[in-house]
Amino acid sequence: MNVSMEFLVASGIGWVTACGVFLMLRGRSFPVVLGLTLIGYAVNVFIFAMGRLWTSAPPIIGNGEVIADPLPQALVLTAIVIGFATTGFVIELALRSHHESGTDQVDGKEPGA
Amino acid sequence: MSLASLISPHLPVLTVLLPAFTAMLLVLIGDSRERLVLARRIALASVTLGLLLALKLALDAHGGELRVYRVGDWPAPFGIVLVVDRLSALMLVLTQAVALPVLLYASGGWDSHGRHFHALIQFQLMGLCGAFVTGDLFNLFVFFEVLLIASYVLLVHGQGRERFRVGVHYVAINLAASALFLIGVALIYAVTGTLNMADLAQRVPLVTGDETLVLKAAALILLVVFGVKAAMLPLYLWLPATYAAASAPVAALFALMTKVGVYSIVRVHGVIFGADGGASALVVEPWLLPLALGTSTLAVFGALAAQTLPRLVAYLTIASVGTILASLGLFSTAAWSAALYYMAHSTLVIAALFLLVELVASQRGDADSRLEPGAPVAQPVLLGLMLLLAAASAAGLPPLPGFIGKLMVLQASSGHDAQVWIWIVVLSVGFLTLVGLARAGSLLFWSTRPELAGTGTSAGASSKLVLATIALLIGGVAMTVLADPLKRYTDAAAAQLTDHRAYALGVLGGEGVDTTRPYVFPRPAAGVPAGQGAEGEP
Repeated sequence: MNVSMEFLVASGIGWVTACGVFLMLRGRSFPVVLGLTLIGYAVNVFIFAMGRLWTSAPPIIGNGEVIADPLPQALVLTAIVIGFATTGFVIELALRSHHESGTDQVDGKEPGA
Repeated sequence: MSLASLISPHLPVLTVLLPAFTAMLLVLIGDSRERLVLARRIALASVTLGLLLALKLALDAHGGELRVYRVGDWPAPFGIVLVVDRLSALMLVLTQAVALPVLLYASGGWDSHGRHFHALIQFQLMGLCGAFVTGDLFNLFVFFEVLLIASYVLLVHGQGRERFRVGVHYVAINLAASALFLIGVALIYAVTGTLNMADLAQRVPLVTGDETLVLKAAALILLVVFGVKAAMLPLYLWLPATYAAASAPVAALFALMTKVGVYSIVRVHGVIFGADGGASALVVEPWLLPLALGTSTLAVFGALAAQTLPRLVAYLTIASVGTILASLGLFSTAAWSAALYYMAHSTLVIAALFLLVELVASQRGDADSRLEPGAPVAQPVLLGLMLLLAAASAAGLPPLPGFIGKLMVLQASSGHDAQVWIWIVVLSVGFLTLVGLARAGSLLFWSTRPELAGTGTSAGASSKLVLATIALLIGGVAMTVLADPLKRYTDAAAAQLTDHRAYALGVLGGEGVDTTRPYVFPRPAAGVPAGQGAEGEP
């Protein structure tokens, strides 16, 4: 059976997003950060795929050959950089919050405490 | 004059560069004790300059001039453009007009409670100004991130357990919203092949068939994103705790952040997906008005139930956003003009209220900002009158601008199907706002416990803090005096928003300019969108 690249990429993005959403709804900040990171990855691939999936097409205008759209690639680069910075920040913030409240729970208190 | 003519074409980008460079300078200077005064002066000078710049842009925009700045001189829609029309200029003036008193207030002591306060404020202003002048959807995302990252740090300014706890929530919800923003933007790009706002306004009506569904989905995803920023029902739950936990000057500055969401809704859903949007026209119309009215109603109940002063003001922020969004949801130029006028006023008043309640709370001894009888304040007449003025304006009593703004909203709704609902909600929200603030006011100033007198600060607030708060209030009141020219300006701004032709002419150099579309018109065989290959190919 031949599965198209679009199907693979789409279901891959869907799976990673689902995992990310699941993790983001957890009660501890570490899984939440992981979930946000996973969603960030899925979104990055999603943006990339929105320029359509091309095979053996360079993102530069050449000799009339098929060219891939370079713009989503540029967009995704920006998104990666921003995502990286915010992830770094949120980890630091979660650590600090842990030190302040003494727990990793996002509500600042252990369940039942 | 040659210097002026040299700078003049670069004014739009200067609104972004000025706070950016000031911020870098402030980081370099640092904020050690002996340099704090210098940092304050630089920050205040920069914001004053920014205000003058914004006023100059607004005056130019008032004449109908559409300032377009092509970054790197790349032709639109390939490069990024910054566009200053009447709406952008209005938002710039509003931003700086709030920032200046807030900075003055923060210079009264708050800025020494943590590091790099002034630099962060400048970064925040850079993000705000950038978001208001950009003419590109992805660039809007970038500036959103700039202002958000600054706001993450500003929120925890002053530190403390509560700030870190809500800080994590605030960052998490905004990161999730940013992910959705990117998805929405990517979907729009996938269908139209452009992210330039002027180009989008031309391309969106051309999209037909199944692709309309993708485009509509993208528009609604973006409504969720902007709804989170603007604190629209049911996405406002993060706001009361966040704003109540932030330090007073930061909360006052954050009053602007909800307006970024409102502004983006105008730009994207009002203009690009507006009445001329072809098959995807007015995609948010069935959602915006009911959600906005619900936001206002629930928020005012929240305000009535609030246990602390900052929380009360935070709920009033949401109630005012609801009124603005309801007016936007009417999709007429008269209603948009009303929304813009009311937005300018409510931002000033809310910012003033955030500062004012801290002034009051600091004089109440142990009761602090809790709404319960506490020590009598040291300056009951001054603070009481200020609260009266702010409350009357927030509730919409004549002759204050809140009244004029709400009157414009009510007038604009005449003839609309939902007119009865709008009248009921706007008027009862105004009344309940008054009740909530009257309850707070009588608790703060009359229902005091005289035996505790002297446990609070007896000296009264420093003149700097009072002056900054009064400046914001005066700004609000001045909107009554200047109501006529302001209304003419907002009318013209709303009319300009619907004029796609002039906008396209200014930004792209013509309507229907041929812009390269690698796969949309016509689509090559290889270009199956990722989401549609699910059935698999043989």
